[in-house]
Amino acid sequence: MKFIDEFRSEKSARRLSEAIRNRAGITEMTFMEVCGTHTMAIARNGIRELLPENITLISGPGCPVCVTPNQTIDRAIALSRLPDTVIATFGDMMKVPGSHSSLDREHARGGNIRVVTSTLEALAIAEKEPKKKVVFLGVGFETTTPTVAVALKEARRKKIANFFILSAHKVMPPAMKALSDLGVKIHGYLCPGHVSAIIGSRPYDFLPAEYGIGCVVAGFEPLDIMQALLMLVEQVRSGTPRVQVQYSRVVKAEGNPTARRIMDEVFEPCDSEWRGLGWVPRSGLKIRDVYSDWDTERQIPVEVEPAQEPKGCLCGGVLRGEVKPPECSHFGKKCTPDNPVGPCMVSSEGTCAAYFKYYQM
Amino acid sequence: MCLAIPMQIVKIEGEKGIVEIGGVTREVGLQLVNDVKEGDYVIVHAGFAIQRLDEKRALETLALFAEMEKLV
Repeated sequence: MKFIDEFRSEKSARRLSEAIRNRAGITEMTFMEVCGTHTMAIARNGIRELLPENITLISGPGCPVCVTPNQTIDRAIALSRLPDTVIATFGDMMKVPGSHSSLDREHARGGNIRVVTSTLEALAIAEKEPKKKVVFLGVGFETTTPTVAVALKEARRKKIANFFILSAHKVMPPAMKALSDLGVKIHGYLCPGHVSAIIGSRPYDFLPAEYGIGCVVAGFEPLDIMQALLMLVEQVRSGTPRVQVQYSRVVKAEGNPTARRIMDEVFEPCDSEWRGLGWVPRSGLKIRDVYSDWDTERQIPVEVEPAQEPKGCLCGGVLRGEVKPPECSHFGKKCTPDNPVGPCMVSSEGTCAAYFKYYQM
Repeated sequence: MCLAIPMQIVKIEGEKGIVEIGGVTREVGLQLVNDVKEGDYVIVHAGFAIQRLDEKRALETLALFAEMEKLV
């Protein structure tokens, strides 16, 4: 497959591994991969085994399913129990446990919940079933949010009045700022490639400027990640933290201005709650007033009890990069991908799921 | 959730495109990308092309790896 296979050469990976080892010397370095898709790629490709012992990789808060607080899941479940209401969602959200149930369990009990692979598919359900209220569960970062914005613009253009968005969208840079403020010891960030395809590399400029931490925007194939790590090692060794782009075939400094414009037309920043980080200023996106007719929160009021977090679950610490999954007493015992306690074990890109699948036994 | 893959545009009809990878085709929305034409590679996520893939840049990156392989 073009532009995939070429970035998986084992020979090049070994060369990069040697270069990292040589350049890193004995300096201890900790890098955080912010994005869940990176977490999975690192685990699947055995990248840790290609690194010297003095380089530690920790995972961050970049798994949308994982950072979505129980309150949002509980709200979606409550909505699914209303008459003539359909919940449309990406498959990732189905198994995430809320306070008392999950969308998957509600579906098994006869709840009207449909898994879609694109926002336009959800809109098509609304068009076909005009007597139902179709609520799309809007979870995701800047990679996904523009696709939700397109669906809302389409709904407006076609005057589809029974389509709604429950917006739980989040944006990445404020969460990285919050993490840096917490003082989590990181020598460099591996920045999310597909979030950056939309927002570009400029929003990370505050990291070296305000915190003296460098970062490299990386692609998702093994050679992309290895090269980005080599660039981070170079930054640390030369004492020049800055923003660099390894994934230059997809990420421009300005990102994708068309996608950003469409996203800005529909959404505006708001404070948002992250599992593990709490409330982070301007880290979420809410629907603008001009699109309020399609805003679930304003159009479909529903009572939701205060959320309860699972007892003993350390997902919060895992998402801050402070806890490694095996340090949690539930890990691999009470909490497995088939029977998850916390969201980091549910999501295909959750850190606990990655550890369970690739670093066990 | 940010999984996205490079696919080649084989056909454009208005705001829709047919993209292909390894013999598999699917329809995607092109609302988020400007100036794409048939034959271009785009990054596909959740039913949409979210960015054009810059082939020149891709080849530059690969040339660097090839250079490294030569050094022993």
